[in-house]
Amino acid sequence: MAMASEAPKDGFRLSMLIYDTRFRSFTIQVIVLLLVLMGIAWLVDNTVQNLAAKDKDINFGFLWNRAGYDIEQQLIPYTNDSTHGRAAIIGLLNTLVVAFWGCIFATVLGVFAGVLRLSKNWLVARLMTVYVEAFRNVPLLLWIIVVFVVTSETAPQPKDFKVTAEMVQTGAEPPAQKILFGTVAITNRGWNIPAPLVERPLGVVNVGSVPVNLTLLAVIAAIVGSVLVNRAILRRARRIQEETGDRPTTWWQSLLVLFAPTILLLLALGFHIEVPAFPTDETGVSKGFNFQGGILVMHSFSALLIALSLYTGAFIAEAVRGGVLAISRGQTEAAYALGLRPGRTMKLIILPQALRVIIPPLISQYLNLTKNTSLGIAVSYLDLRGTLGGITLNQTGRELECMLLMMLIYLTISLIISSLMNVFNSAVKLKER
Amino acid sequence: MKKSVFLGVVAATAMTAGFASAATLDDVKARGELLCGSNTGLTGFGAPDANGNWVGFDVSLCRAVAAAVLGDPAKVKFVPTTGETRFTALASGEVDLLVRNSTWTFSRDTDLKFDFVAVNYYDGQGFMVKKDLGVSSAKELDGATVCIQTGTTTELNLADFFKFNNIKYTPVTVQDDSEAQRQYLAGACDAYTTDASGLAASRATMADPENHIILPEIISKEPLGPVVRHGDNNWGDIVRWTYYALLIAEEKGITKANIEEVASSTTDPEVRRLLGLEGDAGVMMGLDNNWAKNAIAANGNYGEIFEANIGTSTPIGLARGLNALWTQGGLQYAPPLR
Ligand SMILES: N[C@@H](CCC(=O)N[C@@H](CS)C(=O)NCC(=O)O)C(=O)O
Repeated sequence: MAMASEAPKDGFRLSMLIYDTRFRSFTIQVIVLLLVLMGIAWLVDNTVQNLAAKDKDINFGFLWNRAGYDIEQQLIPYTNDSTHGRAAIIGLLNTLVVAFWGCIFATVLGVFAGVLRLSKNWLVARLMTVYVEAFRNVPLLLWIIVVFVVTSETAPQPKDFKVTAEMVQTGAEPPAQKILFGTVAITNRGWNIPAPLVERPLGVVNVGSVPVNLTLLAVIAAIVGSVLVNRAILRRARRIQEETGDRPTTWWQSLLVLFAPTILLLLALGFHIEVPAFPTDETGVSKGFNFQGGILVMHSFSALLIALSLYTGAFIAEAVRGGVLAISRGQTEAAYALGLRPGRTMKLIILPQALRVIIPPLISQYLNLTKNTSLGIAVSYLDLRGTLGGITLNQTGRELECMLLMMLIYLTISLIISSLMNVFNSAVKLKER
Repeated sequence: MKKSVFLGVVAATAMTAGFASAATLDDVKARGELLCGSNTGLTGFGAPDANGNWVGFDVSLCRAVAAAVLGDPAKVKFVPTTGETRFTALASGEVDLLVRNSTWTFSRDTDLKFDFVAVNYYDGQGFMVKKDLGVSSAKELDGATVCIQTGTTTELNLADFFKFNNIKYTPVTVQDDSEAQRQYLAGACDAYTTDASGLAASRATMADPENHIILPEIISKEPLGPVVRHGDNNWGDIVRWTYYALLIAEEKGITKANIEEVASSTTDPEVRRLLGLEGDAGVMMGLDNNWAKNAIAANGNYGEIFEANIGTSTPIGLARGLNALWTQGGLQYAPPLR
């Protein structure tokens, strides 16, 4: 009897770390932490020793050395005299541009496919099922290669667009023709599309080592300004409507505000379109190997973008379908009872509510898409993996540094995307008041 | 108490696991197999034949090393590597030796911490175009699209060449020779550039080799040779001298066919040292004294290997040129074996 009241008072015994539930969880945590730390220490130690055995060190100095290789697709100026660091930035921008457009296309595609898969039209619903299943169940890498091979092998070679001396004499046409009123040429190398050009550019200023194109900036400013003014006009119209019941006509004001400033600016800059074409000599015979002028979008880029969008779109479609199904039938019925047509019911009632369910899986699809851009290596798309993790790694032999840097960059991009999406999510999620 | 023992064990494993073994020779002997980094497939240099046996000019050197070290030229495992993966494979110990059209350069030797132990083929970078392109010089390629293998010296030379000549090009970066060939044949690039020997090998496998020409410009020096890791000098010596043994054999007229006969009758002191009849050359490197004899018996001497795989009688049709023996006006020259 006396024992029972004595027990808790007596001092701490080592065995209590295991047998006493108050301490046990603490013990376990400490041991796990120790093991994890030891694991990390072992990895680091192993790395350091192996590097030492190979007479190597960890040094990021190579990023400031001359790269020496060329990159075909560059969003900011780069030559083979630029540094490895700049090559990595070129690669990063190439990654980001695919990821950006990929997310947009995949979302549009996914929303359409997801909604249409629920359509009452048997054929449409089945077609969407086929699309979703085909893309979800075949590895992305295969899709990238398939799209690349199909787009590049079915298109004619650039030389098929050339006018030869013989054709000039006989008046025959070259075997391949440009499409869309002679502005776009699809060859087996890529898409030659017209380039927007201005005759009187505003010039370029360098912020740090990043050139900023003032012309582009001015056009963007004009567009953003017009949109803002237009919003103000619409707000005013709504206010008047709410106060008086009459909505003033705004369409001509909107049109004027939206388009006039930009058009005037472009006219002032001497805007025109440069159509890709083969240079010709006096007699009209084409010279050279490739189209000159315009923009060349390589098939590696377009194939990667198309495959990523289609693939991720299929997953987004499923997320959208799940989101829509999560909204109770009663909502639809109520909307119908109010006389809303199915299209408007979807747009005004169902989708806004479904968004709350859709956004979390959407975030992970965006992250997947962004990371999957690194599969561009299969079609020789020089993204971050191709430059920093490919050619630079190889030419400098700095495997560890390049891989660490690459992981860090992908991690940062992913974290930025998920935090942006989380902000968006909290903006649309159900407000509990 | 128990814990500290455990910690000690962990620390000890960390130490031992941390060391990549320095003695490649011991590893190879213990494994009973040589791991040789090869091409993913370049006819004439290194590719599996119809029966899955690896054959070629570079492959034969691997086999000679296997014969010298293990006494059997068949005890080689070939590990296909691309231009991009080859050096990582060697550095990480995935292969013991890399013989894969690899150019000896300063940065690979110093910065990448490798040793090029010899030059088994003196080469230079060239361009191949289709005949109907109507181009006869690389300088006429202004504005052309060029297929280029990534991770190679040729990628850097290409950039330098076009810049130096003030002309433009569009690079199409590919992973290996077969992809380059596919793109080139499909017309996705106007020209394919790599080592001239590689171009000749590539052309030989095309359906219509006569419709493709290799342009006259050679824009770089590409001394190709076997590569080992820095720091294991004995292993480097073994590979180097196995190669030289093949050269000395050619110089002395020792062939796969007559080697037994020469061994039984020769009085030439260098040949006697080479074939292990005199001295301890093999033992000094940790091998058998008939290391060189085994190496030569595997696929013949350097000249025989050259003729059988890439010489003028093969579809690849390369002349000896710079790779003739020094006695015939070439650059192939073995130091004395003594
Ligand atoms: N010698 C150059 C180029 C080596 C190279 O990649 N050669 C090509 C063509 S000669 C090759 O071996 N390709 C075969 C393959 O891709 O497996 C270097 O060391 O960087």
